[in-house]
Amino acid sequence: MQVSFNINGTPQRVEVEEHTPLLWVIRDILDLKGTKFGCGKAACGACTIHVDGEAVRSCSFPVQFAEGKNITTIEGLGTGDALHPVQQAWIEEVVPQCGYCQPGFMMATAAMLEKIPNPTDEDIDNNIVNVCRCATYYRMRKAIHRAAEIKSANL
Amino acid sequence: MKKANHYYLIAMLLLGVLVFGFAYPDGQGEGSTAAPAAEAPMPAAAAFDQMMAVLTHKRCVNCHPAGDRPHQGEDSHLHHFGVQRGETGHGLAALQCSTCHQETNNNISGVPGAPHWHLAPRSMAWEGLSRTEIAASMLDPARNGGRSLEEIVHHLTEDALVLWAFEPGVDDEGNPREKPPVSKADYIQAVKDWAAAGAQIPNE
Repeated sequence: MQVSFNINGTPQRVEVEEHTPLLWVIRDILDLKGTKFGCGKAACGACTIHVDGEAVRSCSFPVQFAEGKNITTIEGLGTGDALHPVQQAWIEEVVPQCGYCQPGFMMATAAMLEKIPNPTDEDIDNNIVNVCRCATYYRMRKAIHRAAEIKSANL
Repeated sequence: MKKANHYYLIAMLLLGVLVFGFAYPDGQGEGSTAAPAAEAPMPAAAAFDQMMAVLTHKRCVNCHPAGDRPHQGEDSHLHHFGVQRGETGHGLAALQCSTCHQETNNNISGVPGAPHWHLAPRSMAWEGLSRTEIAASMLDPARNGGRSLEEIVHHLTEDALVLWAFEPGVDDEGNPREKPPVSKADYIQAVKDWAAAGAQIPNE
């Protein structure tokens, strides 16, 4: 089937089987490799993207449901040379170790900050449930609070 | 020749009457206005049994929890990852039901899905209740979202999320999820027959 959507602000139309996970359309057809495959069961969150601003696990999102939607991947989180507050905070706090899961964490964090601008530790624990095998959770928590500060200061 | 054709036409009309007369002995042939004979309704007690065999099944109760967290799986364990209902039953800011669950089952990832996937409100908690307590809860406007009996029947028999229970897809190992012990058609009929008989709840 043909599916049309905007991804990182650019219109795209793909010809693909309707049940194909959006993750593979993003990585293999559109060649955006920032979004990662982890578990394939919507459990680890490495594949998290935004669909109309909401965090979605793209490994479990059939492309047919992307029709007409606005999709954002880690490549589109910032605008041009301007880093998103989450990206800036991640750099400042030197969060990544191996880095593989980080795009998913950053997308989930960005989605959370749109609804909870100043999250508590409890908010972070409840909302950011992705999995990091390097256990960078402590640095991520600091970075999430820092991202909230940067975002608030930018308003 | 013309007379022979006339006799032939009469013979064919008589044959037609015989054939269609046997085919529709109760006057229910094409063009008939008589209603087809309806199946006799199920006795109310049997209808209640069948309806509640479905509504007490894990496919329903997993998302009618007594607390703020859904259950999942054949053993009805608490949903992994600390998933919570949130203010509207659709999850939290960055961890909504729709973060993982879409409008259809995903047999690639094993994540179940149906339209408007969400938790039943706290007032509709069924976990831990007996079948008669669940039925009483369903009929109580203070707990059922202010629904009339007609609206309850509509919800139970036509809501795609409710009827998902009969087509629950496969789990993350590719194994089919357990379905309720009554077929969808029998369940729908049981709900309608129970309601039509007065929606009585047996004393148990």
